[in-house]
Amino acid sequence: MIKLSGIEKIYDSPSGKIHALKGIDLEIARGEIYGIIGLSGAGKSTLVRCINMLERPTAGKVFVDGQDMTTLTDSELRAARKNIGMIFQHFNLLSSATVYDNIAFPLKLSGTSSADIEKKVRPLLKLVGLSDKADQYPAQLSGGQKQRVGIARALAGDPKVLLCDEATSALDPQTTKSILDLIKVINHNLSLTVVVITHEMQVIKEICDRVAVISDGVIAERGSVLDVFTNPQHRITKEFISVLLSNDLPAAFRGNEISQDPTEGSLLLVRLIFKGDRADDPVLAKMIRSCTGAECTMLFGNLDEIHGVPFGRFIIGLSGRDEAIQSALNFLNGQEVRVEVIGYVRRSPAAVD
Amino acid sequence: MFAEVLPLLTKALGETIYMVAVSMAIASAVGVPLGVLLHTTAKGQILENIFINQTVGSVVNAIRSIPFIILMVAIIPLTRLIVGSAIGTTAAIVPLVIASIPFIGRQVETSIKEVPSGLVEAAQSMGATPFQIISRVLLPEAMPGIVSQLTTVIIALVGESAMAGAIGGGGLGDLAIRYGYQRFRPEVMLATVVVLIVLVQLVQFVGNTLAKKLDKR
Repeated sequence: MIKLSGIEKIYDSPSGKIHALKGIDLEIARGEIYGIIGLSGAGKSTLVRCINMLERPTAGKVFVDGQDMTTLTDSELRAARKNIGMIFQHFNLLSSATVYDNIAFPLKLSGTSSADIEKKVRPLLKLVGLSDKADQYPAQLSGGQKQRVGIARALAGDPKVLLCDEATSALDPQTTKSILDLIKVINHNLSLTVVVITHEMQVIKEICDRVAVISDGVIAERGSVLDVFTNPQHRITKEFISVLLSNDLPAAFRGNEISQDPTEGSLLLVRLIFKGDRADDPVLAKMIRSCTGAECTMLFGNLDEIHGVPFGRFIIGLSGRDEAIQSALNFLNGQEVRVEVIGYVRRSPAAVD
Repeated sequence: MFAEVLPLLTKALGETIYMVAVSMAIASAVGVPLGVLLHTTAKGQILENIFINQTVGSVVNAIRSIPFIILMVAIIPLTRLIVGSAIGTTAAIVPLVIASIPFIGRQVETSIKEVPSGLVEAAQSMGATPFQIISRVLLPEAMPGIVSQLTTVIIALVGESAMAGAIGGGGLGDLAIRYGYQRFRPEVMLATVVVLIVLVQLVQFVGNTLAKKLDKR
């Protein structure tokens, strides 16, 4: 549905040229929700604006629904933009127009008759749950309600693509959840292709099918959300994920020296990551049964799911004879589970409160 | 005494209102589009054109730097060309208009500048033409500010119209100078000042009320 190839964007600034995008290739399939995550300044907002040509790429091609956006004339581009809805971090609603008139805005631009506008706007108001707010002004609405107006407005022209530029970044967590749910519903019901720009991994985890991690103008990593979550490769990806899924050791071990060799009274800490059907497989029970002599202590456990696929993260502490520990590790490595050996760590004396 | 001053006052008030209203109408018709032009041709705006922006900007600054009393006298040939005479109430309208156009232009530009750029971007993302962005986004969103600014311009015009007496324009200012000052009639001076104060208060009140009514933020 959307294909970007070799996108470069160079800005002239007083302090010299700024290379914001350095050769981005990206393909987004029809009907999927594609997430683009990056820190501020990574180039993600510029990238999404290249899709509807609010920013013209310095080099490269942008195809939306088979149409090369970079070669269109101004009037062709305006027509093409009507197929691409966009919502914004700060909503960008007209303060001087009512909720109804804001949603009707794109239709008025195309000269739709007021009877047809009415037929279009009323169901949209209902879809976003604001039927009773039609005659209010944006200033009278909460942030979440404003974004709902933004979404309804973006949908008024029956677009094929919806671009979401940090659409939930100005909202509190609960409101974020409800807006994400709404985006998921319209993606599903209207088979809309959605591009989500965010700096919050929570948003990616909640609604995206695939994700690209953008850093310093290049795509550092990309893949299905489940793969990227369970097996992040790039440092920046790991940092994003660590916000949601802590990589810290349990408190009793945190800050203590980590040794690769057994030391007196230490446990071998091992991080295990299960995904899919394996997440609820009794791997640990089997290990304990088959590797006698190795003691296994559960130190941390977390079971989550991404798009209905469960995935678990555990930290266990192994102790016992070296051979027993080794055979336990061998057993785990033979299972469908990712094993990361952290090292031998001593437990701090229990803190006294 | 009062019965004697009253006709003078009403006539002068009528002349002032006539000068201010006609000047304001003509100057706004030119000044508002000028303000739009000044904003939209600036760097990074929808009709960016640095050459036009700087040229027009320089002309605006040049006119604004001329004191009104001097402008009025300096353009007498132009005034004569337009209204056929260089003296009288109608003749005073020409310099008032010329002085107000750049003033309104800058005021409108300032108001439009306060419209968040995100709104323009949103309209562009919906396929709006530059004209639609101006008529449906920039002007409606800036309207409360423009109304407030135009109120200021009207009040400035009341002040400038007082100088119109210098070219026989009449009005309240002229009355105050000729009767109140030159003929030593302090009660005429006082009455004129009171009428001016009431007039300005009234304009400000109407302007504020209208701006507030338009402002939905």
